[in-house]
Amino acid sequence: MILGIDVGGTHTDAVLVENFQLLNKAKVLTDQANILSSLLAAARELISKENIRRINRIVLSTTISTNAIVQNKTNRVAMILLNGPGLSPETLSLGEDTYFAKGYVNHRGIPVNGLSRRQLAHISQEISEKQIHHIGIVGKFSSRNPQQELEAADLLQEPSRRMFLGHTLSGQLGFPRRIATTYLNAAINDIYRKFVDDVQKFIDKISQEIGSSIPVYILKADGGTILLEQSLSCPVQTILSGPAAGVMGFLATTAIQEDAVALDIGGTTTDISVFADGIPLLEPAGVTINGRKTLIRGLYTKSIGVGGDSVVKVENGQIIIGPQREGPAVALGGSIPTPTDAMIVDGIVKFGDHAKARDAITGIAEKLHMEVKAAAHAIVEQMAETIASHVIEILAEINNKPVYTIHELLEGKKILPKMLCVAGGPAAVAPVIARKLGYPYVIPENSEVANALGVALSRTTAEATILADTEKQELVICEEGCVQKIPRSFSLEDTIELGKKTLQNKAILMGAGSEDIRMEVTESQSFNMIRDYYTTGKNIRVKVQIKPGLIASGTER
Amino acid sequence: MPHPLKKTGLVFFPAFDWAISANHPEREERLLYTQDQVMEEGLLDFPNILEFKPGIATYDQINRCHICVPNPQNLTTHSHLISAGGAITAAQKVLTGVVDNAFALVRPPGHHSMLVAHGARGFCNINIEAVMIEYIRHTFGIRRIAVVDTDCHHGDGTQDIYWNDPDVLCISIHQDGRTLYPGTGFTDDFGGPNALGATINIPLPPRTSDEGFLYVLDNAILPILDEFQPQIIINSAGQDNHYSDPITNMNFSAQGYALLNEKLAPHIAVLEGGYSIEKALPYVNVGIILAMAGLDYSQVREPDYDADRIRQSTDVTRLIENEVKKVMSLWKRKKDLKKQITGSASYIRREKNIYYDTDDISEKQIETVRVCDDCGGLVMIESTADTGKRIYAVILPNACCPECRKSGEMFFEKINGLQYHHIYLQDRQKDVFIVK
Repeated sequence: MILGIDVGGTHTDAVLVENFQLLNKAKVLTDQANILSSLLAAARELISKENIRRINRIVLSTTISTNAIVQNKTNRVAMILLNGPGLSPETLSLGEDTYFAKGYVNHRGIPVNGLSRRQLAHISQEISEKQIHHIGIVGKFSSRNPQQELEAADLLQEPSRRMFLGHTLSGQLGFPRRIATTYLNAAINDIYRKFVDDVQKFIDKISQEIGSSIPVYILKADGGTILLEQSLSCPVQTILSGPAAGVMGFLATTAIQEDAVALDIGGTTTDISVFADGIPLLEPAGVTINGRKTLIRGLYTKSIGVGGDSVVKVENGQIIIGPQREGPAVALGGSIPTPTDAMIVDGIVKFGDHAKARDAITGIAEKLHMEVKAAAHAIVEQMAETIASHVIEILAEINNKPVYTIHELLEGKKILPKMLCVAGGPAAVAPVIARKLGYPYVIPENSEVANALGVALSRTTAEATILADTEKQELVICEEGCVQKIPRSFSLEDTIELGKKTLQNKAILMGAGSEDIRMEVTESQSFNMIRDYYTTGKNIRVKVQIKPGLIASGTER
Repeated sequence: MPHPLKKTGLVFFPAFDWAISANHPEREERLLYTQDQVMEEGLLDFPNILEFKPGIATYDQINRCHICVPNPQNLTTHSHLISAGGAITAAQKVLTGVVDNAFALVRPPGHHSMLVAHGARGFCNINIEAVMIEYIRHTFGIRRIAVVDTDCHHGDGTQDIYWNDPDVLCISIHQDGRTLYPGTGFTDDFGGPNALGATINIPLPPRTSDEGFLYVLDNAILPILDEFQPQIIINSAGQDNHYSDPITNMNFSAQGYALLNEKLAPHIAVLEGGYSIEKALPYVNVGIILAMAGLDYSQVREPDYDADRIRQSTDVTRLIENEVKKVMSLWKRKKDLKKQITGSASYIRREKNIYYDTDDISEKQIETVRVCDDCGGLVMIESTADTGKRIYAVILPNACCPECRKSGEMFFEKINGLQYHHIYLQDRQKDVFIVK
């Protein structure tokens, strides 16, 4: 039996699931000032003396990291950047606590300039004087060779300090993003650690009661789960786990196997996500939070300013919907006409005060010189049209993503949706959107707790990036901070095999059930390196992933 | 930042699955480290730098500027169509106002491909700039275009295609042809009889460094452009003038390239050669992209950069100053030169021997141009290659006058087909291409 809890902006939802069946659900208001109390309140509603012994997995999603960042409840962090030549320091600086230090590794991971002990000692002293205890160290191309970051950390290590190194968080390239990711990881460290401690105390109490320990997982931005204690080194991975829960909720409540589009239509916005062969798409470079572009793997969602409570008005004879929201629908006590009022008048939903809705739409109808019913219909059509045209635009953007091989350019995968999944209060508009898009729709069951179900049933995801350079006879497993010698004969196959082994171990450590470790090689390239007309080696690049998805039924035993 | 930001388009296509042959400089690995550097510097995250997927050029687009023997289908693979398509995408984004300027960072290159193409020369099968230029003229009705070829090798293909076109100014700066492939591009090569001054060659001595390139830019290229008043400036952005390039002998740096781009301010840049794939291309390309976008490139530097080591000698400086003087004096006399060259002739003939190093083909050409005061002039080419192929081509220029058209159409009709494998009519004005 699994307990899944999703802490949302307004409500905290909890579900109990067994054999993929929803057994029980609970909803409490989220206290943003005390997220833990909301979590516990929701859990207590579902946990009983009778079922407690059968719970063998607890999964949480939390807004704690996101909130800390958005509300600036963060630690002061000193950032040490081994930037070398390239972008100007002004472009890279995060402010007065940013230090630029000597040291540079090139694109092949070959050190070009070493660290300066004297400079680092000087920086160290300044950091002490400022009484900063969190230090982020980020090198350009550190994902190609993490040694300088590790060396710098060694030189700066003191008992009162916590070090956060860029290469540990992602194997992707992108120095500015690596800086932002490392900074955020350090900045939310304390608040996240406190949260984990509190949850752990609660779980320990339960464990004592039942005499065995229950593994607790937390949902990451990429819709994958990780054991709570393992997440301590990478709290930044748990940002945006709310939207991730939404996307995973579609998977948990709808059997998506094909290319599909999912819409979560809320009051203010509609979140659009996309699935390729049933697997949710990831942000190609990493998620953006509070304006900061990061390397954090996250599920692709695009939010547009159209929802059930969007303001409806008429300008120059045209219906304008959103992007503002000014309270609920008139039918539900608001004062400004909304698409929800139009849906009520149009007869596709039946709730609220019909007369009030009609009054609200009458004002719009007069401006449009239309019958009230026709105006309501036109508003619903317009809302569906706006959402559908965004979907089409997003798909065109995804299908036109630049690729770098002739093979991919000519024969690359194109996403051609066969299903539209729609959830949220105004989901009744789904048939109208589906008609415009030309594919069938489905409104999932239990959609009011879909996010919590998504949280409960998501499997562990992980990735490993391996770079082998047989000219310099060196191999790097970036996220592990591992650099090792390899023979000249090391091949692409050897690299893939090592990648899989690395990923397997990593996934197990993160808490993956063995039946959930379904690895995919998402990148495998081997380039002949030629210098002065002679082959001098191979530059091999391999990425292995466990993509987001639901746990196998066997996991739950 | 003193410079205004510009919206810059980037069409990046490294063709990671294509090579001329396994050990060839034009191979899969060529743009690998450039991609690494562009990604690591985070250039695509700047809101004013946008990346676009290349289109695929069509055979009709190629037929507007080439006489491919026997046809473009036989002469190209997907890689060439995508490379030319990438240049077209860059132009399209600029001319439809999506971006202010664009860089087609694509391969394989094209600037050694001439009007008549029997095969590949200098790693080039089709001239990707010329395909793009004809697309620009045809789609957007733009007439005056300037190409500034900053590749270390003479841009002999682009020169050949526009030799008789007074509306396309081709300026090539390159390492002196006496010391480097393709061995041409001397100051005296100044354009066809009706297009004198629309071809400018500025050969530079080996070991020219940043100082020399920028001197030529300030004292020849920019003044000439200023007078020519092109509607569009294109940079054939070869990167083999770099001090670390393995197949050339120049001393240009990433800073120099970036500064050159900032001053030249091309609407479109198209990658050409450049084979120092680890030590030059990553830094040169980052420098060019930042400069085009109006971003700070002052800290872009090769890790092994040493200004003293690559500084040019006073001898080199003197040679360059003389070269510039010679070019500018020719440029000023360009109007008077026509009478001197054509005399009373109605047709001017020249013979050319062309070697295709990449495909090992030798070609003999006889080019006949009608002397004309109203347009670039009717061009007729007889070409024989040692592959056994013999062809004849009639080319009507872009702004063809009625007289040249009449004569050209007559020649095309009358020519005896038995002597030739193919006879081509390329009507650049009406966008018609006929093979018989």
